[in-house]
Amino acid sequence: MVENIKKEQATTHKLGIYLWIWGLLFVLSFFSYMVDWLQFQGLLRWTLILTFMFLKAGLIMAFFMHLFWERYTLVNVLLWPMTAIATFVGLMVAESKYTVFTRFFYFVLGS
Amino acid sequence: MDQAALKKLPRGWKSIPSDLNSDQTAFKGVNWGKAMMWIFLLSDTFIFSCFLLSYMTGRGSTVLPWPNPSKVFALDFMGVPVPLLLIAIMTFVLITSSGTMAMAVKYGYEKNRKLCGTFLLLTAIGGLTFVGMQAFEWSKLIFHEGVRPWSNPYGAPQFGSFFFMITGFHGTHVSIGVIFLFIFSRKVFKGDFDSGRKGYFTSMKSDYVAIEILGLYWHFVDLVWVFIFAFFYLW
Repeated sequence: MVENIKKEQATTHKLGIYLWIWGLLFVLSFFSYMVDWLQFQGLLRWTLILTFMFLKAGLIMAFFMHLFWERYTLVNVLLWPMTAIATFVGLMVAESKYTVFTRFFYFVLGS
Repeated sequence: MDQAALKKLPRGWKSIPSDLNSDQTAFKGVNWGKAMMWIFLLSDTFIFSCFLLSYMTGRGSTVLPWPNPSKVFALDFMGVPVPLLLIAIMTFVLITSSGTMAMAVKYGYEKNRKLCGTFLLLTAIGGLTFVGMQAFEWSKLIFHEGVRPWSNPYGAPQFGSFFFMITGFHGTHVSIGVIFLFIFSRKVFKGDFDSGRKGYFTSMKSDYVAIEILGLYWHFVDLVWVFIFAFFYLW
């Protein structure tokens, strides 16, 4: 019984943490909306969008989904596969660049 | 696994080989349902990644101009087109529902039946609002602007198929989540997790850890929206 109570205390967190993360998510979403509103273009736009996106994703996963307090093995098993996705992104960027090159070369210039 | 044995296990990097090499459970001290939900979410991550990747490849390899999302998804407010207005409201609604879900999980673990149920109900209503706004957005694009999976009046014809597939698949996830949120808020109000009553579907006893597992799914839906919002609407 004593162990049960200890376990419960370990899995519940202070209200303030959730309110803080909630507020931060609101602010970050507002910022990313502002990127579109102010019509930032080019490299600045992509950097800002990606920064706010990863910050939001990180906050949700770490605190709302409790990954920050989770057992290290689980965290690693969940996060390392993301490198496979990153590799896939790299492959497909190269692929789409090649496709658009051939399309321009044969269909647009060649027609 | 009992707490005393758990305490003996190493922490940090060292815990990974010893956890994975030991017999029986790999994720020590993690509820099995929670671990399984995480594994499911990992597979779901790959599905959504494949959708977004195919969108990236399609958009990157077309010779036609891509429709400008900030014009396509603009909404007239008092006669003035405001870019991405509906999408911004949808984003805030989903984040709010994620916040109420986190509250529900917290009060669930504190065995506060009424607050847990109330916050679950609020989360469900937030999700329902989101799906409703998405239905409005879809019908506006389909019936008023003539966007189809194979053509649209703005530019590259692939736009429609990616839009309907990605937001449709996400919307399906939200809808399934809303159904489960209503079911679980009823279960919480009935006191199923206090009395240990068996569920009619699984015929197993459950406790408030079920709320955290449901919460993981719901936060994941919010997480996917973060990526869709960035890549599809803002990019």
